[in-house]
Amino acid sequence: MPDDVILSISNVSKSFGAIRALRGVDFELRRGEIHALAGENGAGKSTLMNVIDGILKPDSGEINWDGKPVRISSPTKAQKLGIGFVHQEIALCPDVSVAENIFMSTTNISRSFLMDYKGLEAKAREVFRQLSDIDPSVLVRDLSISNQQLVEIAKALTLDCKVLILDEPTAALTEKEAQVLFGIMRRLADSGIAIIYISHRMIEIFDNCDRVTVFRDGQYITTRDVAEIEPADVVNAMVGRVIENLYPDKQAQVDKSEDIILDVQGLTDNKRFSDVSFQLKKGEILGIAGLIGSGRSEIVKGICRLEGDISGDVSLNGEQLDLKHYQDSIAAGMVYLSEDRKGDGIFLDMPISNNVSALKLDQVASPLGLINRELEDGQAERLGNKLNLKCGQLSDPVSSLSGGNQQKVAIAKMLSVNPKLIFLDEPTRGVDVGAKAEIHRILRDLARSGVGIVVISSELPELIGVSDRVLVVREGRIGGVVEGDMITEENIMHLASGLDAQELTG
Amino acid sequence: MENSIEITASAPAEPTTSTLHKLLRMRETGLIAIILVMFVIMSFASPYFLTWVNMRAMVMAFAVEGIVVVGMTILLISGGIDLSVGSVTALSMVIAGWLFLQGIDPWVASAIAIAACTAIGAFMGFFVTRVGLHHFIVSLAIMVIARGACLLGTGGRPLGLYTLPPEFKFIGQGTIGPIPLVIIIFLVVVLVFDFMLRRTTVFRKVFYTGSNEKAAAYSGIRTKKVIFLTTTLCSALAGFAGIIYMARFGSAQPTFGLGMELNVIAAAVIGGASLTGGSGTIFGAILGVVLLSVVSSSLALLDVSVYWQDIIRGSILLAAVSIDHYLHKKRG
Repeated sequence: MPDDVILSISNVSKSFGAIRALRGVDFELRRGEIHALAGENGAGKSTLMNVIDGILKPDSGEINWDGKPVRISSPTKAQKLGIGFVHQEIALCPDVSVAENIFMSTTNISRSFLMDYKGLEAKAREVFRQLSDIDPSVLVRDLSISNQQLVEIAKALTLDCKVLILDEPTAALTEKEAQVLFGIMRRLADSGIAIIYISHRMIEIFDNCDRVTVFRDGQYITTRDVAEIEPADVVNAMVGRVIENLYPDKQAQVDKSEDIILDVQGLTDNKRFSDVSFQLKKGEILGIAGLIGSGRSEIVKGICRLEGDISGDVSLNGEQLDLKHYQDSIAAGMVYLSEDRKGDGIFLDMPISNNVSALKLDQVASPLGLINRELEDGQAERLGNKLNLKCGQLSDPVSSLSGGNQQKVAIAKMLSVNPKLIFLDEPTRGVDVGAKAEIHRILRDLARSGVGIVVISSELPELIGVSDRVLVVREGRIGGVVEGDMITEENIMHLASGLDAQELTG
Repeated sequence: MENSIEITASAPAEPTTSTLHKLLRMRETGLIAIILVMFVIMSFASPYFLTWVNMRAMVMAFAVEGIVVVGMTILLISGGIDLSVGSVTALSMVIAGWLFLQGIDPWVASAIAIAACTAIGAFMGFFVTRVGLHHFIVSLAIMVIARGACLLGTGGRPLGLYTLPPEFKFIGQGTIGPIPLVIIIFLVVVLVFDFMLRRTTVFRKVFYTGSNEKAAAYSGIRTKKVIFLTTTLCSALAGFAGIIYMARFGSAQPTFGLGMELNVIAAAVIGGASLTGGSGTIFGAILGVVLLSVVSSSLALLDVSVYWQDIIRGSILLAAVSIDHYLHKKRG
């Protein structure tokens, strides 16, 4: 049914200097379908989307809209055609109302001199009727991340779009919120809108999309009906090789040790969490699950004294800790890998080696406090090799690396202090499949070598794949613990949303 | 996992950057080139330009301000800014001069003045790190307050310090061999801080803090302490500069240093310091100072009206920052 094709792209190429981001790619989008776009970071997905949205001008190739060739010279032109683009990063004005944000571009072209706030709110309410029950008069800053995402989508919808591009919209959403979003996507598709859905998560693609197109290294690989293929096929097409195991083998029963690395008793901060007690045994990877806002990150940050005013007992390898500041935690051998890599995990514009050494500069300096560059570079090189880091030179800024390699730098930074225990908050967020598997393997190796590993993740398959035990946090308390075969999405979701442990099934 | 190397490699690595290539990309190299070109042009345009006397006068003109630039650059790297340096420099002079006129030993008076300026910096640091105000606002207020204090303490008239002992005046007016002591002090300050900024763990933390304050905190660095110290250091160096000026002029001028902050910030930024923190070098900032004063000196020698000088200086600032921004964008 060629009439159904709203957008088709043929033989589009785009280079940035010596880098060929797109090499003659094809892509076809039909009305009413949800079309997944898969590929590792750097495969060319974003470049193609930016071409479709008029942000980038292709070097060659053809774009057909509704059967007619078009030149999309600017985002405004794309908007006029009916292309709505919801970027991965939320770009709303936090200090104005939801309604004003949604109608920003219409306000921009409006002829009237005065703002019609009442009218905007009424119109926004109309838009939200089909989406969710967000109040258009509240300020965007007061919304949760997931609701902000919905505002972005609403904004795209008001432009009467025929094609909606969603770039990793679920990255910041919990499972439940994501499900709501998928419901909305399906309704939109049923009304005839074509949706391009970019995601790293195979499960999402297979549960919610109709077709999937795979890109690799700037080249078009294949387009298939989701019903026809298996997730493993897509992963293999993405990486161009067979990934046997996305997750490394778990701890064998015989490895089980009763040595306790971390013992937390009655941890309370009286605001975000209270009476949290748990233990981490040697050799195991402990997962922490919980909805966003449940307090799972806050607990870990509290243990490390990164934030919060906490009380309770924390012992590391049997020794009671008395920490005042995160510095003390680092000195004790307990480090925290931030969930927001670019925001607070790494120094993007600083050299790789300087990033790796940041936790304990004394290690690469003379007793007088003079930094020894050779030691510093040596440290970065050693840890970089250990983690299979791909980089040009150690003096290059971290911003020159891909997401996965940036994350490896952040992990190298943690390892630089020979930690006894690492808390990893969303260790593979924004990391491509290949690097993800590598990071999981590294975590397992570390656990095996006796380093305590605690992983927090919103991605349940990841938690299930890597953890030997999962602690579920609900509203600032431990909702339950699942172990072994009991670690399933259903059980975790039950505990996270407040069901009793008795109802769990293995 | 053998073949993962090609597959997971991100954007193809740039062609291996040779040392020369790197050198060419550095801000300092470009500045040196521009300064050399100006030297060549000016030596043809004016026979007086390349003389020892002119060179010495030129360096003397920026040496003391250069000390303030050092403090400002470090503060900028940490993510702060200080608009009060001109007023604080003047206040340092006025405090020391006034105390001297009350019969206090000039060395003691100077120490008190520098301590007072350091305290002002600490006061600003307190407002920035504890109260949570922006550097810009706090230092703007201090700029006005310090200037007001200068005028209040002197009645708006310069304090003539005719009885300053010669060994004190030697700081500002003496020479060691053919080289003025002021220039030597300037060079020592520059070299010491340049070295410390490049090599010491203490100053590395300044870069971490300015580059990403939150990431620095998440690396166990006490960022507020760092910002407090850089703010204090900047004022302390401004106070120190004030004392040298006083020794040089033999007077304390309450209106001295008007607009100095803009010159100082401009020099640091031309030299590669970022207003958003995280980058900058002392060497670059000093080259920025040199460039601005070569321009001033050239314009003076070419008999260009002084009124043109500010217009040209401002244009240079705009051009330098634009070129840098453009280059960065192209690289990124």
